[in-house]
Amino acid sequence: MSEYAIEMLHITKRFPGIIANDDVTLQLRKGEIHALLGENGAGKSTLMSVLFGLYQAEEGEIRKDGKVVHITSPNVANDLGIGMVHQHFKLVECFTVLDNIILGVETTKGPFLEKSEARKKVMALSEKYGLQVDPDAKIEDITVGMQQRTEILKMLYRDNEILIFDEPTAVLTPQEIEELMAIMKNLAAEGKSILFISHKLNEILEVSDRCSVLRKGKYIGTVNTKDSTAESLSAMMVGRNVNFHVEKQPCHPGDTVLSVRHMSVASKAHKKMAVNDVSLDVRAGEIVCIAGIDGNGQTEFVYGLSGLEPLAGGTISLNGKDITKASIRQKSVGGMSHIPEDRHKHGLVLDYSLEDNIILQNYFEPRFTKHGFLRRKAIREHAEKLIEQYDVRSGQGPITTARSMSGGNQQKAIVAREIDREPELLIAVQPTRGLDVGAIEYIHKQIVAQRDAGKAVLLVSLELDEVMDVSDRILVMYEGEIVGEFDPKTTTVEELGLYMAGAKRKEM
Amino acid sequence: MQGKENKKKSFFSIPWVQTITASLICILLGLLIGFIVLLIIKPENAVEGISKVLKNFWNYNAKRQPKYFGQTLVKTVPLLMCSMSVLFAYKVGLFNIGVAGQYVIGAGASLYCALGLGLPWWVCLLAAVVFGALWGSIPGILKAYRNVNEVISGIMLNWIGLYLINTILTQVKNPTGKDTYTVASQNPSALIPSLGLNSWFGNEKTVTIAIPLAIIIAVAVWVLLSKTRLGYELKATGLNKNAAMYCGMREKFNIILTTAIAGALAALGAAMLFLTDSMQWECTQSSVPAMGFNGIAAAFLGGLNPIGAIFSSYFIQHITEGGAQVTTLGYFSQISDFISSFIIYLCAFVLFFRGIMSRKPGDRAGRSKKGGKQA
Repeated sequence: MSEYAIEMLHITKRFPGIIANDDVTLQLRKGEIHALLGENGAGKSTLMSVLFGLYQAEEGEIRKDGKVVHITSPNVANDLGIGMVHQHFKLVECFTVLDNIILGVETTKGPFLEKSEARKKVMALSEKYGLQVDPDAKIEDITVGMQQRTEILKMLYRDNEILIFDEPTAVLTPQEIEELMAIMKNLAAEGKSILFISHKLNEILEVSDRCSVLRKGKYIGTVNTKDSTAESLSAMMVGRNVNFHVEKQPCHPGDTVLSVRHMSVASKAHKKMAVNDVSLDVRAGEIVCIAGIDGNGQTEFVYGLSGLEPLAGGTISLNGKDITKASIRQKSVGGMSHIPEDRHKHGLVLDYSLEDNIILQNYFEPRFTKHGFLRRKAIREHAEKLIEQYDVRSGQGPITTARSMSGGNQQKAIVAREIDREPELLIAVQPTRGLDVGAIEYIHKQIVAQRDAGKAVLLVSLELDEVMDVSDRILVMYEGEIVGEFDPKTTTVEELGLYMAGAKRKEM
Repeated sequence: MQGKENKKKSFFSIPWVQTITASLICILLGLLIGFIVLLIIKPENAVEGISKVLKNFWNYNAKRQPKYFGQTLVKTVPLLMCSMSVLFAYKVGLFNIGVAGQYVIGAGASLYCALGLGLPWWVCLLAAVVFGALWGSIPGILKAYRNVNEVISGIMLNWIGLYLINTILTQVKNPTGKDTYTVASQNPSALIPSLGLNSWFGNEKTVTIAIPLAIIIAVAVWVLLSKTRLGYELKATGLNKNAAMYCGMREKFNIILTTAIAGALAALGAAMLFLTDSMQWECTQSSVPAMGFNGIAAAFLGGLNPIGAIFSSYFIQHITEGGAQVTTLGYFSQISDFISSFIIYLCAFVLFFRGIMSRKPGDRAGRSKKGGKQA
């Protein structure tokens, strides 16, 4: 018997314009947690897609227990006991959690579905691993966190031996991440082999036994995690030393730019208000951060602010002008930029080219439109300028389809578009979600630069590190209300955590 | 990202080559199946039969050819306009199955203006455009404000439109038959002018400026979709309604505008046929005209490209006309419909064949990465 559960030897996978994997080797020992580290676009997801049968490698071979296998489809991968939680979930939106978990391996009694056994097994797994889900809720109605727990249960339900987690912590709260880490250790202790794809160094250091690093499609090396530090890993990943701390000057707030009074937004999930009587100010030259656990009304607050959802009450004013009733376009032209939480849902038209996405917020301006016709030459020049300036990488430059770009570069394109408009107010929701340290460092610098240029910045983040590092003032949101205001220099992560969990609140 | 790949692109990986090849494969397969059917029914005449279908107007002597070529072109016009209607909506993410009903409304509006109100031809065309747009906007409004599927509302509106127009046009029916009066007999000013164009086609009366006009409109649709700000907005709305809303486009208005334009195109196509006296409206017809549905086929056979649709529309009309001639060889008259409809139904496979061609060997599931989370 081989000591390896899965070996991927000398894998090469090409796409038009890109060699996504160039002679990559990855060996997963039985019962270990093996981290796969690399920047966005380094080829991690491609490598896993090859392992999962979504892509076929042009060169190289895959061995399971020492024997060569040909994984031609996800079904073959499933038969081999390989399960995967994808970065973008593969769930049927209008099905329930339970239906999604059993999808493809339904138990039947004659021609009818027999779900009671499945429900018992799912509930048992859910309890055993602390993966709390509501089996009868529809996917479209539940939080991203619960959607991910559904994905994990899907894998466990199939009794998979080799578990691939593709950036599983990107969407979780700190507490949930800790739980997930414990679950992963449990699973490994039971003999399951885990591939853990991430670019969060502290998680890799905490949970993994070994770590393989990819950079720009090439295999850099494999190290024992206990002999490594965050610095050594990040140097391997990026190829240079990275500054983890955001360097910024003290803030000098100016006039109030955004003023929100008594804002309420109705909830779609329940009868209560998702945002309840929220008032806040953001001044020029400061970064105000709304911290909180996912699903506490931050999303709805931003939707209400930007105009994506109607307000149930309250007023908004920008630079002293009442914009409560203004249209999205009026707000946008009036100086409000918005880096949306969900880049695929709102931020991009995925089937449009990169250049067409870059002009999404200002295609109607005279410089891009003349007599109703698009000025293609001006658009191309503008796109090329932003691509260069913000280092947006893609296979074919401005004409690359946005869908084919890596998540980090999609995000960079959005950041470039929103910041380039020189807004009065920049709303950034989870701007670094799912990005690697190099890109995070870059985006944080851009946000701080906006502040230093005298813009007002409203940052919504679930990452406490980001909250503490970037912001000048922190507001904690809990169940649709602001429950505390903090100065990042005088507060601690633990203190914030108590407010985020609803254990404490200040009278505002 | 990882440096340009130096591998040479194969000829068949160019999108437009794929589209044309796929369309040609469909046509050949359709003809082959038609030929096999002819063989089964009457083997001795099969070769002549299929060649008659393909030859269409070349079946006649050289002197009469231009005239019959002209007749084929006249009937290509409404087909092209219907395919424009389907294609336009499809590019904006809507499936306009209501094209047949919009065509009916166009026929009704133009004929009533011509025969009932005695208006000149250009007013009749304009009336078709206006009423087609209004009719077309109904599924758009339902979709935008009530999220009603445009296919369901479109099919229902097809039948409502048919009986509505049957009722209205009965008022201008020729009492001696089921059909409406000819335009020439009641109001010659409503006939679309020929401006001498018919002299090139053996003085075929029905050849009018509608033919060049339809081609101009097809080119205009292409320009609108690919070059203008409106096309950019409409396509963005079709591809991602949420992103369109996020960047401040009026996504509800855009959906309604799209269906209105699609409706106007189909209705104009009908007016461009009926105002030539090429045919009259049969006021007792109880099925929705096939023209609309053939427009769907023409749009797909043309690779969803307005310029491609010009050729595919002509081809479909060409074999339809040619098919009508095989009855002289002892085949059922329905055989012609059978052959042309087979090709038409194979058109749906254009996208399928394209999919096969763009797949690389050994990358069977290469496209499955497309499906991202949409929540």
